[in-house]
Amino acid sequence: MSSPIRHIASNTFREAVRDRVLYNLIAFALLLSGAAILVGQISIDIERLVVVNLGLSAVSLFGVVIAIFIGIGLVSKEIEKRTLYTVLSRPVQRWQFIIGKFLGLAGTLVVNTLFMAVGVFAALFYVAHKFERADGWILVALYFIILQFLILCALSLLFSSFSSPLLSAIFAFSLFIIGCFSEDLRGFAAITGSGLTHMLVTGATYLVPNLSALNVITSVAHGQPVAPILILYNTIYALLYAAVALCGAVLIFDRRNLK
Amino acid sequence: MNRPNVTITTTTLLVVFFVGSILALRRVDGMRPNATLQDVLFISSPKVLKRLSLGYDGLLADIYWTRAVQYFGERHAHRASQYSLLAPLLEITTTLDPHLLVAYQFGANFLAPAPPYGAGMSKQAIDLINYGIENNPNDWHLYYQLGFIYYMDRKDYANAAAAFERGTKVPHAHPFLKVLAAQMAQHAGDTQMARALWTTTYETTEDSQIRGNAIAHLRALQVNDDVTALEKLVSDYRGKTGKNPDTLSDLVRAGLLRSIPRDPTGRPYKVASEGRVEVEAPDEMPFLEKGVPPGYEPPPPKDLEKLVK
Repeated sequence: MSSPIRHIASNTFREAVRDRVLYNLIAFALLLSGAAILVGQISIDIERLVVVNLGLSAVSLFGVVIAIFIGIGLVSKEIEKRTLYTVLSRPVQRWQFIIGKFLGLAGTLVVNTLFMAVGVFAALFYVAHKFERADGWILVALYFIILQFLILCALSLLFSSFSSPLLSAIFAFSLFIIGCFSEDLRGFAAITGSGLTHMLVTGATYLVPNLSALNVITSVAHGQPVAPILILYNTIYALLYAAVALCGAVLIFDRRNLK
Repeated sequence: MNRPNVTITTTTLLVVFFVGSILALRRVDGMRPNATLQDVLFISSPKVLKRLSLGYDGLLADIYWTRAVQYFGERHAHRASQYSLLAPLLEITTTLDPHLLVAYQFGANFLAPAPPYGAGMSKQAIDLINYGIENNPNDWHLYYQLGFIYYMDRKDYANAAAAFERGTKVPHAHPFLKVLAAQMAQHAGDTQMARALWTTTYETTEDSQIRGNAIAHLRALQVNDDVTALEKLVSDYRGKTGKNPDTLSDLVRAGLLRSIPRDPTGRPYKVASEGRVEVEAPDEMPFLEKGVPPGYEPPPPKDLEKLVK
């Protein structure tokens, strides 16, 4: 990795830590330990399921909020504080700035997810008193969640490269929600038959991120395996989609008039 | 005012205002006892809820399952006869997560038995289990549960036998399903069959609540058999002496009994008015059909897990 990208990425990570982003781990720990202790008393026979479902859902939702809210400010905040001009006056290309920002935020989310994963497994051990072979699939679900974050980070950066933070947040959240419905959109495309409507809806299904394929929380909670081929293609899809969004961000930011 | 004084004053005011707000809210709650709407499903369509869950349907299913447990538990404790939200809550739970087996197993147990032990909704229980079989065709417990409900709550022995028979074809099914399917033709309606079903329930689960429930039913069946036999002896005594015995000791003295029999809790049976035989403490043994005073209203069964040793 070239030096400017590495420096921008590490600075983005440090800034996120300085902004107390990792404080969400405290809320996560409280949520999970509370659930592990209380659910057994108010429900029947779902302690393990709740720890996995709640744990992974919280990892996902906390991460989505961080990815969007930090991501949308990555460019605009630098412009507002005028630090962007200092950075770009050095031998740093605009594309390097975007890639560095993306890697810094992705790194923050990966570290955050790793801490949360430790919490999920600790809570699981607390309620089940042992680990089972099927618990290994939880790691796949966590990996898919990280892939979701990469997509959302890239999209947030894309919107941040040309829009205000408020509009970027609206766009990114809207795409997150549409992405969760992407399989319904695909089903809708299938019933439109052929013609212009079909082409438009099919085009839309490829344009919006398919986040539902990256959500295997419920199935791994039941210990159901995830096909290796799905892991491979989800990885390829997520990396390519994030790369497309990043390319878009670079193209827009490269042409943006910063005066 | 200097800074430490500001801190102390502000902190004190914060605590006072917060405590005041709690007290005020408690008064408001006291004036509006029915303000919390518990018997309401704001979104009753399972499909809509599944869409709204944004893919976090497993977590939402856990929440709805907990709600179903709380709903049944609360109404059961208050001896309710209407459980209007139970079936919709279970339908939402299982639509959100069709593999949540616990919702089928316990949910059917909540729905099927007649009040005061359940909601008396055996048709909905059968629908629930059939939906479970549709989504988990290789779980033999569900076929067993289906046969059980047909047998116990519907007295539909043909469908019960068919359910057990279907269960025998599932890979790794419990071998006893074959025995149950075979015995059904010969012993449908017998106490022997009921005992076999509850024994299978006890032996095929690790869950202490289900095991406790099975033990309580087995005890009730034992009492039913004992009371039937003892009342026959009382009738014989009456035939010989022309009057009812005052106590079971009279039967021992007459040579009809070797000793005074005891119920499953260890208490001796007693002779009540008109020669009826009753248990000493019916509240200690739920699900009794015989051996209780006329018009006896059983309390809701509780702490059945304690029966599992």
